[in-house]
Amino acid sequence: MSASLTGTAVHSLWTVAAPADKFPAPHIEYAQLSPVLIVFGIAALGVLVEAFVPRKNRYTAQVAVAAVGLAAAFAATVALAEKGYGTTKAHIAAMGAVAVDGPALFLQGTILLVGLVALFTFAERRLDPRAHGSRVDSFAAQGSAIPGSEQEQAAVRAGFTSTEVFPLLMFAIGGMLVFPAANDLLTLFVALEVFSLPLYILCALARRNRLMSQEAAVKYFLLGAFSSAFLLFGIALLYGYAGTVSYAGIASVVDGTAPMTPALADTTGNDALLLIGLAMVAMGLLFKVGAVPFHMWTPDVYQGAPTPVTGFMASATKVAAFGALLRLLYVVLPGMRWDWRPVMWGVAIVTMLAGAVIAVTQTDVKRLLAYSSIAHAGFILAGVIATTPSGISSVLFYLAAYSFVTLGAFAVVTLVRDAGGEATHLSRWAGLGRRSPLVAAVFAVFLLAFAGIPLTSGFAGKFAVFKAASEGGAMPLVIVGVISSAIAAFFYIRVIVLMFFSEPRPDGPTVAVPSALTSTAIALGVAVTLVLGLAPQYFLDLADKAGVFVR
Amino acid sequence: MNPANYLYLSALLFTIGAAGVLIRRNAIVVFMCVELMLNACNLAFVTFSRLHGNLDGQVIAFFTMVVAAAEVVVGLAIIVSIFRSRHSASVDDANLMKL
Repeated sequence: MSASLTGTAVHSLWTVAAPADKFPAPHIEYAQLSPVLIVFGIAALGVLVEAFVPRKNRYTAQVAVAAVGLAAAFAATVALAEKGYGTTKAHIAAMGAVAVDGPALFLQGTILLVGLVALFTFAERRLDPRAHGSRVDSFAAQGSAIPGSEQEQAAVRAGFTSTEVFPLLMFAIGGMLVFPAANDLLTLFVALEVFSLPLYILCALARRNRLMSQEAAVKYFLLGAFSSAFLLFGIALLYGYAGTVSYAGIASVVDGTAPMTPALADTTGNDALLLIGLAMVAMGLLFKVGAVPFHMWTPDVYQGAPTPVTGFMASATKVAAFGALLRLLYVVLPGMRWDWRPVMWGVAIVTMLAGAVIAVTQTDVKRLLAYSSIAHAGFILAGVIATTPSGISSVLFYLAAYSFVTLGAFAVVTLVRDAGGEATHLSRWAGLGRRSPLVAAVFAVFLLAFAGIPLTSGFAGKFAVFKAASEGGAMPLVIVGVISSAIAAFFYIRVIVLMFFSEPRPDGPTVAVPSALTSTAIALGVAVTLVLGLAPQYFLDLADKAGVFVR
Repeated sequence: MNPANYLYLSALLFTIGAAGVLIRRNAIVVFMCVELMLNACNLAFVTFSRLHGNLDGQVIAFFTMVVAAAEVVVGLAIIVSIFRSRHSASVDDANLMKL
């Protein structure tokens, strides 16, 4: 090598100048993604609050920051919908990663409202008796302390509370906002993990029954990680089939409209990649919605987790996961519907029947509500299977109606208490209607809504999904749905009879008087249940307008 | 070498991981089997990336590693906390809640 080479020339021996247009800076539509960005920003702010604000002020600061953030994000969602991003201006933002369209905005709005109400139940501090003079919430004084140890007692004496739950809640909500809007499989997977990981931790943080709470967290975590591994392998196979993870790209390869390359000719020649990939991705999503046969975790986790977390999980996770499932089946794989519909039929039928039948045998309120949520997942799946525009809008409406009923019902469960914390065994609820008629009446409203009795939101929702399913040619599903609704109505009514027509036990539980926070949550639940039941038309129209996916 | 062989290896690793999750009783080992499944996914992503001649799969593999790392943080915290209160990490011992 001659010594006359200049520095640049030598450098060029082992590097190549990157062409200027090779990696353009991504174009991010910050304004259209503002709901998500606000929530994640507030979550990060919550972590800073946890680090820098003195312990006695943290609770107030965290609740205020989170509430303002959720309200701002909801306002941003409504503003986007007002500007027409839900209908005429629907498009795909963030370089193809996130869709801004009707279903996404509708579900994001629902998740944000549900998150705000859940925040109220998280922040409730009047139910548990004061511990050494300081008010405490449903969360452990110190999550890392061993239950019953010296360390835990010291933490309780010092009046510690786990204010970390508020940033964790915000991160979970942020992930859930992205999940139904994800427009490629990578974003789908990352969003799934972003909302699952905080939920695993939240499950482990109950103040009472800590062993049960930790057990719930381990079960949820191991099974959740197992299912997300299946989802990821499914994504890998779909990527192998189509050579891309973007929804539109996969859809065009499935339809056969994509330009053929030699590699594609090789991989698309074999449908095994597509079919197994689809099955595994669907498995991951069905796990999150709690459909049979991927429901095993639901009762244990719902029972063991702190009740405010259970309420949040049962409502918001279901909204987010059904949103993602809808988008996957309607945007990516409509060309495959003859393959996935029969399987989904089977899943929906088994889910409806198993949820309703097993719920009959339950003796714990939280487990009862868990099995009822499994049955409801089946009803919603019936709407998903319709593959018609009314299928989308009916599912959207059902999710909005169902999530508020669930939140309200679990909020009522936190009120009925005895010395050991919440009295969740059904026998303890006997005669509750004589002792505290208001609480029992409110719970009865929620149970009637679950059962789908007219004049409640449950009826309007069920009617909408069953109508969509029958129009979509799934009449047998509707028949099974009605039969399992009847079975389900039996145990809902049984609880009502137990509360109102049996003698209260002398050692029965007391009903705690909540602060304005839980009262607001329950009142909102009742209000939404009745408004959506008595005058559903406005909201049905809204869901109808929002029911078009962008591709 | 035929890239399909890497896919067979990845499917094999995934199956070993899944079987481990179902068979093993120690929560830590179960969790390691899940990690094995995630790494099998990575191998599949990188192989498909090579097959299709685009970089998407390799980038996704990085994302998977980050997600797996985050999962380890959360998972070990939960498993260690339950181990400290029960002196056992066996998933069979976690049976407070049964029908």
